Amino acid sequence: MKIHEYQARKIFRDHGLPVPPERVAVSPEEAEAAARELGGKVVVKAQVHVGGRGKAGGVKLAKGPAEAREAAGAILGMDIKGLEVQKVLVAPAVDIADEAYAGIIVDRASKRPVLMVSAAGGVDIEQVARETPEKIHKVEIDPRYGLLTHQAMALGFALYDDLGRVREAARLFQRLYRAFEAIDASLAEVNPLVVTGEGELQAIDAKVNLDDNALYRHPEFEGLRDPSSEAPAEVEAREKGLSYVKLEGTVGCIVNGAGLAMATMDLIKYYGAEPANFLDIGGSSNPEKVVNAMRIILSDPNVKAILFNIFGGITRCDDVANGIVSALKQLDVDVPIVIRLTGTNEKEALEILESVDLPATNSMDEVVQKAIELAKGGAR
Amino acid sequence: MSVLIDRSSRLLVQGITGRDGSFHARQMIDYGTQVVGGVVPGKGGQTFEGQVPIFDTVAEAVDETGADASVIYVPPAFAADAIYEAADAGVRLIVAITEGIPVLDMTRVMPFVKDRGARLLGPNCPGLISPGKSKVGILPGQICEPGPVGVVSRSGTLTYEVIHHLTGAGIGQSTCVGIGGDPIIGTSFIDCLSLFEADSETRAVVMIGEIGGTDEQEAAAFVEREMGKPVVGFIAGQTAPPGRRMGHAGAIISGSEGTAKEKMEAFRQHGIAVARRPADIVDLVRKALG
Repeated sequence: MKIHEYQARKIFRDHGLPVPPERVAVSPEEAEAAARELGGKVVVKAQVHVGGRGKAGGVKLAKGPAEAREAAGAILGMDIKGLEVQKVLVAPAVDIADEAYAGIIVDRASKRPVLMVSAAGGVDIEQVARETPEKIHKVEIDPRYGLLTHQAMALGFALYDDLGRVREAARLFQRLYRAFEAIDASLAEVNPLVVTGEGELQAIDAKVNLDDNALYRHPEFEGLRDPSSEAPAEVEAREKGLSYVKLEGTVGCIVNGAGLAMATMDLIKYYGAEPANFLDIGGSSNPEKVVNAMRIILSDPNVKAILFNIFGGITRCDDVANGIVSALKQLDVDVPIVIRLTGTNEKEALEILESVDLPATNSMDEVVQKAIELAKGGAR
Repeated sequence: MSVLIDRSSRLLVQGITGRDGSFHARQMIDYGTQVVGGVVPGKGGQTFEGQVPIFDTVAEAVDETGADASVIYVPPAFAADAIYEAADAGVRLIVAITEGIPVLDMTRVMPFVKDRGARLLGPNCPGLISPGKSKVGILPGQICEPGPVGVVSRSGTLTYEVIHHLTGAGIGQSTCVGIGGDPIIGTSFIDCLSLFEADSETRAVVMIGEIGGTDEQEAAAFVEREMGKPVVGFIAGQTAPPGRRMGHAGAIISGSEGTAKEKMEAFRQHGIAVARRPADIVDLVRKALG
């Protein structure tokens, strides 16, 4: 789960990182008041769950309250990569003498958290990693011992010359790791980590992604979720235990298993059409899940046909067939449905579908081609 | 021969009385797997369906039954501890079916398992099957046939799809392994490829990857460097948009890393025949078998 910068800043501050104060504003007036309260120059930053806010014009400097109001007026309502800006963060503008990057991710290869730092701060770190990987310094963290002092010091020396500054940075890295661990993050990033003109080390941006799998043990973070950053259908899907991502095509798909769902989307493309979505009904199917999946897909006006691709394992084909039958009764299904079922309880499923005159096949290629043909002729 | 499991494997089922655990314990027994015990804290002394003894702890179960493998069906909040317990009891092969284990739990589990000399398969995986011999996990046995092709995959049902095509074309499998869809997994593509390379029954391998990470790229380099047997590849997620998680926690394209295109190119570059759709795997495997 992505959280906003203002939320991440609070988490970092609570773990002892030096983060300047900030205010959150939802209107130009609030931004003006925030700037007045903070005093001096401020920076006004769009709060949206995408990177590259600066490049998109979502970050502006303001000399005082009046300019902050103006900046917020320009940023609020702005569309950044498809997301509407609903909140801005107002923070003191700092005089930057030095910029660096510090971030922790879980590294698939070493199977450990890895702390990365780079003297190339304030820029897209993935670009640095691609173009000048030698500028990134890393340590693997053994979660049994945490980030050891000498490891943190080594990264401090990679960024700074002054021993006092190195020690200060090392303490900051250890606090960052403790925050990362305490909140079950999959990413915790300070970019940029700055030395101010006054010589203070400060984290002036904060980015945190939380591990969805660990949210069950962090009920305190449920309130950090921003439903406006997700499509309503995706919110509904998550609440119903389905995994759904809306795409731009016309062929709706309902599949069991993420890999098969992706392969189904790819096959739609292979045969010359575009999938309307990714949707995985998950392992243990019950008929209700199928009804919910159908409701979500039908809410997308682009959908011209729905295809089911079910390979029964844990999922029982008859459960899915029963779900399709109840969906047809409960919902206004105004697009054609094509079905592929094979595996566990396939025979029972075919009998159920036959009773409502729905044919089914056991070939994935066949069902995809059929769905595309129907979607082309379809109108809603 | 086959890899990781065969007729002699003696299996424990952790969570044998749960909904998934009991259903699949029954399926595994019917398939011929030697299910020698179940583990459910508080249910020690009972039996599963009157034939499989249940123990309170894995250590007790190993002592009593000589089990060398365990499969885990417990809920995510308890799954990490179930893995620790199995490794501590000396189980050699631990198969974690559970989906949704927090990733930081896995960073702690991995060194623990390694220190105790155990192998972990998964988590969030369908398990594995050596057709006609033994199956551990949730793969449907009826779609498999014994034969010369090793299958290794990050997916569940997509693996079934591929096996279904192979079996339908009269091509059997030595062992099919689902390594799991999480970012941190115990057994990698490379681990399985080297097992297949060493297995006398396996003559060709099908590797099924998906978007996210660089495991497939590294595996491709390994194939060229270390393998004599032919490998056929498929990557799911050619149409997946960047930055969006496609179901699996591991299936997300970040930055320019982990796209299907990049992985398919790495496959081709290292001499792996790439199928554009699952159905095409059959012809490529036929060619590979000669």
